[in-house]
Amino acid sequence: MQPVATTFFFYFLAALTLAGGVLVITRKNPVHSALALIIALLAQAGLYLMLYAPFVAGVQIILYAGGIMVLFLFVIMLVNLERSQREEQFNKQWLLGIIAATALGALFITIFVRGRAIFPVHIAAVAEESNTQEIGLMLYGNYMFTFEIASLLLLVAIIGAVVMAKKRI
Amino acid sequence: MLDYITSYLRSDTTPGQAGNILWAVVYIFLIFAGLSVAVIAMNWLERKILAHMQVRLGPMRVGPHGLLQPIADALKLLIKEDIMPAEADKFVFWMAPLVVVMTAFTVFVVVPFGATHAVTDMNIGILFMVGVSSLSVLGIVMAGWASNSHYPLIGALRSSAQMVSYEIAMGLAVVSAILMTSLNSAGTGTLSMIGIVQAQQAQHVWFVFKFFPLGMIAFFIFAIAMVAETNRAPFDLPEAESELTAGFHTEYSGFRWSLFFLAEYSAMIAVSSIAVTLWLGGWLRPFSNSLTGDTWEMVFSLIPGLSFLAFAAMCFLGVFRMPKHRAFRMQTMGLAGFGVLLGGIGLLLFVPPVRYRVQDIFWFSAKVAISMYMYIWYRGTFPRYRFDQLMKVGWKVLLPLGIGVLVLTAGVGVL
Repeated sequence: MQPVATTFFFYFLAALTLAGGVLVITRKNPVHSALALIIALLAQAGLYLMLYAPFVAGVQIILYAGGIMVLFLFVIMLVNLERSQREEQFNKQWLLGIIAATALGALFITIFVRGRAIFPVHIAAVAEESNTQEIGLMLYGNYMFTFEIASLLLLVAIIGAVVMAKKRI
Repeated sequence: MLDYITSYLRSDTTPGQAGNILWAVVYIFLIFAGLSVAVIAMNWLERKILAHMQVRLGPMRVGPHGLLQPIADALKLLIKEDIMPAEADKFVFWMAPLVVVMTAFTVFVVVPFGATHAVTDMNIGILFMVGVSSLSVLGIVMAGWASNSHYPLIGALRSSAQMVSYEIAMGLAVVSAILMTSLNSAGTGTLSMIGIVQAQQAQHVWFVFKFFPLGMIAFFIFAIAMVAETNRAPFDLPEAESELTAGFHTEYSGFRWSLFFLAEYSAMIAVSSIAVTLWLGGWLRPFSNSLTGDTWEMVFSLIPGLSFLAFAAMCFLGVFRMPKHRAFRMQTMGLAGFGVLLGGIGLLLFVPPVRYRVQDIFWFSAKVAISMYMYIWYRGTFPRYRFDQLMKVGWKVLLPLGIGVLVLTAGVGVL
């Protein structure tokens, strides 16, 4: 099926992502921040779909929106909200912030201006039908080593969490 | 224009794949209407069946055998005062039921009611279904937190812990079924809901019977996990009425509460249809291998119509058994009208083009209906789990069992 109203959906999803991102850092209440983050993550899943990467979009929904954010909310609900609402939201490192923002902005502008020279003109033909297979072959073929390292890191994180949580093992 | 409408009917793809927006919208409305009717019917059936299990009569007053009771309840809920607690977080409180309902209905976009009867067929169908239905826990957590009250908060915490735990066992069971789809000459499986049923058709076996008993154990794990995922008895700790009044929706009333109710039942139908698609052959009719040939095709295609005629016959039996008093005349006429409606649907299902086009939907719905009956049966049979027992079952029984089944399925598949 041919894509419909691609431009509209791109700007719509991009605006949602940006709005969600801005709300995450401006809301005083951590629960509201977490909900805004969920909106940003879901809009991002939509953007992945527009890039013909349905598998990544599905995993984004399951892992980030359905798994990680639920645990986030779970923890936030257990902490003392009144105290965190009174706390200062932003620290005073505005000089460092401005430098970082300028650097990032300069990077974006460079990419926007010289994008044609940097990126390949032709988009690699991605078969939407075999997207999942391609990812599987990549992960367990070409990038086997990286994949294993990542899972080892996760194992270390799990062991670390258990060691920190349990006083006596 | 007419060609645009009829061209889809002759094709053998879903409206989404054919790019036919009109039929996609028609299907969306049909599914929405069908779901609403199913939820209403389920509400009546649950009360009636539970009552009969406990040797009671159940609803008997509103309409013949209480048939109009769910409609009366819906009316009551709509005109009830809608209360919002003063200290509640207004926006989140307002959003929570919407999130729950949206996730419960969105998953039906990929549910294959038949080879061509789905709104669309996604490559990541099953991933989409599991992912979107896992979002419903967000709505529950939002509801519990926004109510700014203790019972809902505890209910929401229980719910999120429970759903996150059981999602893992559920995922492992789903993966072992998906692994079975890859056992073909090409060696590539599929995540598409229609593709999974077609794989069962090609391998001439429902996955529940494949690699006996591996498929059956995976189905068993999923069947337990799906009850826990939908917060139903015996895993209904988030809304345990003896401990938490009504759990996460204690503070909700009227229309908002009915949205939670609607979402709970449509989520039950959604997970049942995942189970049916993955293990019970989706829209395939029973005995599609052993009882083949034109005669058996004919016999099985008559079953949908015959079962509706049987329902109609039951209605007419009820008409004759109604009390002959003047006060019951209206109800008797209503029941007779309902019987005529059911009989009419039954006769319509005998017309050959309709018969062959619609029997897929019938078999799928019949399997889902059996699963829904099981839900009621569990509720009437099992006592509620304690929270530590629930966690123990999830993490120490279902999860290792799921990993074992997955490894064994992969091993047997390679052999």
